[in-house]
Amino acid sequence: MNDMNHDSYVTADGRTIGGVVMEMKNITLRFGGVVAIQDISFDIRQGEIRAIIGPNGAGKSSMLNVISGFYNPQEGDVFYHGKKRKPMRPYQVARQGIARTFQNIALFEGMSVLDNIMTGRLHQMKAGLFSQALWAGRANREEVENREAVEKIIDFLEIQSIRKTPVGRLPYGLKKRVELARALAAEPSILLLDEPMAGMNVEEKEDMSRFILDVNDEFGTTIALIEHDMGVVMDLSDRVVVMDYGKKIGDGTPDDVRNNQAVIDAYLGVAHD
Amino acid sequence: MPEQLIFGMEVFLNGLMAGVLYALVALGFVLIYKASGIFNYAQGVMALFSALTLVGIMEGQVPFGHLINAIFGTEIHGFGWHVPAFAAILLTMGVMILLAVIVQKCVFRHLVGQEPIILFMATIGLAYFLEGVGDIMWGSEIKKLDVGLPQGINTLIDETTFGWFGYGFFIDNLDIVATVIAALLVTALVIFAQYTKQGRAMRAVADDHQAALSVGISLNFVWVMVWSVAGFVALVAGIMWGTKSGVQFSLSLIALKALPVLMLGGFTSIPGAIVGGLIIGVGEKLFEFAIGPMVGGATENWFAYVLALIFLVFRPQGLFGEKIIERV
Amino acid sequence: MFYREAGDFKTSYKEDNQTFPIKFDRYRYYAVMFLAFAVVPFIVNDYWVNAIFLPFLIYSIAAIGLNILTGYCGQVSLGTGGFMAVGAYACYKLMTVFPEVSIIIHVLLAGGVTAFVCILFGLPSLRIKGFYLAVATLAAQFFLVWLFNRVPWFYNYSASGQINSPERTVLDIAVTGPNTDAWAKYMFCLVFLTFCALVARNLTRGSVGRKWMAIRDMDIAAEIIGVNPLKAKISAFGVSGFFVGIAGALLFAVYLGAAEAGDSFGITKSFLVLFMIIIGGLGSIFGSFAGAAFLVLLPVLLKNVLVGTLGWPTDLAAHFEFIIVGGLIITFLILEPHGLAQLWRVAKEKLRLWPFPH
Repeated sequence: MNDMNHDSYVTADGRTIGGVVMEMKNITLRFGGVVAIQDISFDIRQGEIRAIIGPNGAGKSSMLNVISGFYNPQEGDVFYHGKKRKPMRPYQVARQGIARTFQNIALFEGMSVLDNIMTGRLHQMKAGLFSQALWAGRANREEVENREAVEKIIDFLEIQSIRKTPVGRLPYGLKKRVELARALAAEPSILLLDEPMAGMNVEEKEDMSRFILDVNDEFGTTIALIEHDMGVVMDLSDRVVVMDYGKKIGDGTPDDVRNNQAVIDAYLGVAHD
Repeated sequence: MPEQLIFGMEVFLNGLMAGVLYALVALGFVLIYKASGIFNYAQGVMALFSALTLVGIMEGQVPFGHLINAIFGTEIHGFGWHVPAFAAILLTMGVMILLAVIVQKCVFRHLVGQEPIILFMATIGLAYFLEGVGDIMWGSEIKKLDVGLPQGINTLIDETTFGWFGYGFFIDNLDIVATVIAALLVTALVIFAQYTKQGRAMRAVADDHQAALSVGISLNFVWVMVWSVAGFVALVAGIMWGTKSGVQFSLSLIALKALPVLMLGGFTSIPGAIVGGLIIGVGEKLFEFAIGPMVGGATENWFAYVLALIFLVFRPQGLFGEKIIERV
Repeated sequence: MFYREAGDFKTSYKEDNQTFPIKFDRYRYYAVMFLAFAVVPFIVNDYWVNAIFLPFLIYSIAAIGLNILTGYCGQVSLGTGGFMAVGAYACYKLMTVFPEVSIIIHVLLAGGVTAFVCILFGLPSLRIKGFYLAVATLAAQFFLVWLFNRVPWFYNYSASGQINSPERTVLDIAVTGPNTDAWAKYMFCLVFLTFCALVARNLTRGSVGRKWMAIRDMDIAAEIIGVNPLKAKISAFGVSGFFVGIAGALLFAVYLGAAEAGDSFGITKSFLVLFMIIIGGLGSIFGSFAGAAFLVLLPVLLKNVLVGTLGWPTDLAAHFEFIIVGGLIITFLILEPHGLAQLWRVAKEKLRLWPFPH
């Protein structure tokens, strides 16, 4: 697999997968004495859907947090567009075009759906405090322009009717969708999804899967996701990383991973002798 | 030995004694915070309220006398009896327990699950309410409190230090008593929390409300108990302070000093409250002694807060707190 | 007259973003503005201005300021009194050092100075949160008041330690000093309040406001989606300080005329303004007005009823005020954490559908 690292290729369903956009090299993350991630390396290619799977406590969410800059690993480097990323604050990472959703929904409960999604577009809004104070010139123009962009996403995710509803009043499934909308509003080059389908019923999962595929297809967004539902992962993703106890135990296409003995052992359990 | 150093030592000792009083109030905060996650701004006013009540009972004042007079045009002031200090303290404790029940029933039972900052603001409201009630019940003039604690200069220390340095230290007997009582109180609280059934229930609730409920601990009971214990601590602090400087409104402001103490020591740590209290007490006395005269004095007004602020910027979890790992 | 949005279609996002999207609200707003600017100044007398209107206008500005910091950005401050003192003393120094410059500039600059001081004390908010921060702001309160009491330069070495506001004019009409007409004071403060309220409204509906609210609702998530917490919090402290400083300057220069830091800007002032926004409604400009009106009117009302009608002693009435205010704070937090503003919103929502239940 390594020999095709920088060439693009075309998938069976006709999408073009480009070169490597993000590469994790020998990442190790510790909390005190606990090793959450141990010497993990993998890459994410332009336009692909990359899944990270593994049993509970395998370190998947920590990995996502490393990518989004929330945790800075003690060892190892993150390469983004071929350049080594220096340790930075999460908001700086976001500014580089990495958006994400959260395992336990992290919407701003006191704001309306529209305002929540508008927060996703903070990088596109550059009007100064003074201009905003007078609601004149740039501030006013930006507000309208970005509203138009946000309305497109609202249409895309079919949440027009709840635009002005306070987020606190929404049911779980819709909240997840609004969170996706907020991440999309940033027009990210990499979208990180932390268990986008956790706690959903079958129809909601189907909806969400469709949205994820559509996002990837229509906007060409690179997606890295964590998911527990094996069926969904195998259907959606182009390549899968498997983690167990903070270590990488498998990496490859869904079929590769399915037949990997280490992965089977991790999921089904194996007698240690 | 240079004179300044000897004065400095005296200031240091007095600071330690003052620190004990701060620690005493801070202890009440820690108790309530540990058991219910409520940052009880009203703790200082509770000390004031208990001291007011104690004086009122001892002097045989008629509660709400002022108000009754205003409404009915009567001229009642007192029952005309004097209650001995010990009995009055017991009665006051009864009032504080009653207060705990009322506070729990009327306020915090309705605020379960609210954000901490909302609870905090509710306790500010409670502080105002209590202050008003205390004033209307017992009148707002400055009162003298004397429950028979020894007061005045400790001659033994005075003479001994005079023998050593040629200068007698002024240490108030009351401060010594306060220190002893505070030490006893802390020991008793630790024993209570560690070794009694109620204490274990309290710690369980502090750890996890839901889990405590599921093993059959009554949250209401534990909270009332904790507020009562905090009321008791407030009463002790109220007696000490009231004896020292009279029972008056400024008592609740002095008690505010317990807040920086907590910030230093961490909200959940009893040893932290004590060490923090001592640091603040000594720090502000020494600072006033050394720097105060250069900048116009009265630095005790703000020193504790600024110290805590600066300290927190460098160590947000306090002296004894654990490093907080943030999660998403 | 129907309170409806039906038929009032929005054809552009600009229209949808306006302050009062419902026609009736818009008209009522114009009516209030007309009353405030064109009717009230001609009919008020000294008592009304000094007992009710001035404190209401000035505390509204302070409440808007604190509401931006606490209600919108979620940073509780107990230092409002101290920051108002900064505004007052800055204004005093400017008025006495540059007597030829317009008082309007002085008041605005006083706001600027306060914004700066507020930012300084707000810097620790990056590291400390919640009530740790609330207690930290107490440091600002006690330190600032001490500073203004102890450093004579601030009160121009006056023997009493007080600051007194000299007479200053706008368009040749006195707005400060002992010879000022009631209506002039009123108009002066009203203009500032209108300015502050509009600025606050504009900021809170735009991207800055959304950053503040994001920090308030979930600071960690806000940072991960790209809000720079330092900038967001600092801007909230700055804007809040600007308003609070203006309020402090007006309180001293126009309303009190003479002030002393400990008496006029003590910790009780911090709590008063905090209570205004709790009762009025956290995170609501209208709530700032409502809360200020409520807590300005309450003591006047109590005094009139208890002292005036029932003949109680004044101190008793004052203690009653404590009980009532404390009780109301608790009641509001229990029943309606969003305050009067939420009650108003609920009433409007009902009215929009009236007379149909759904």
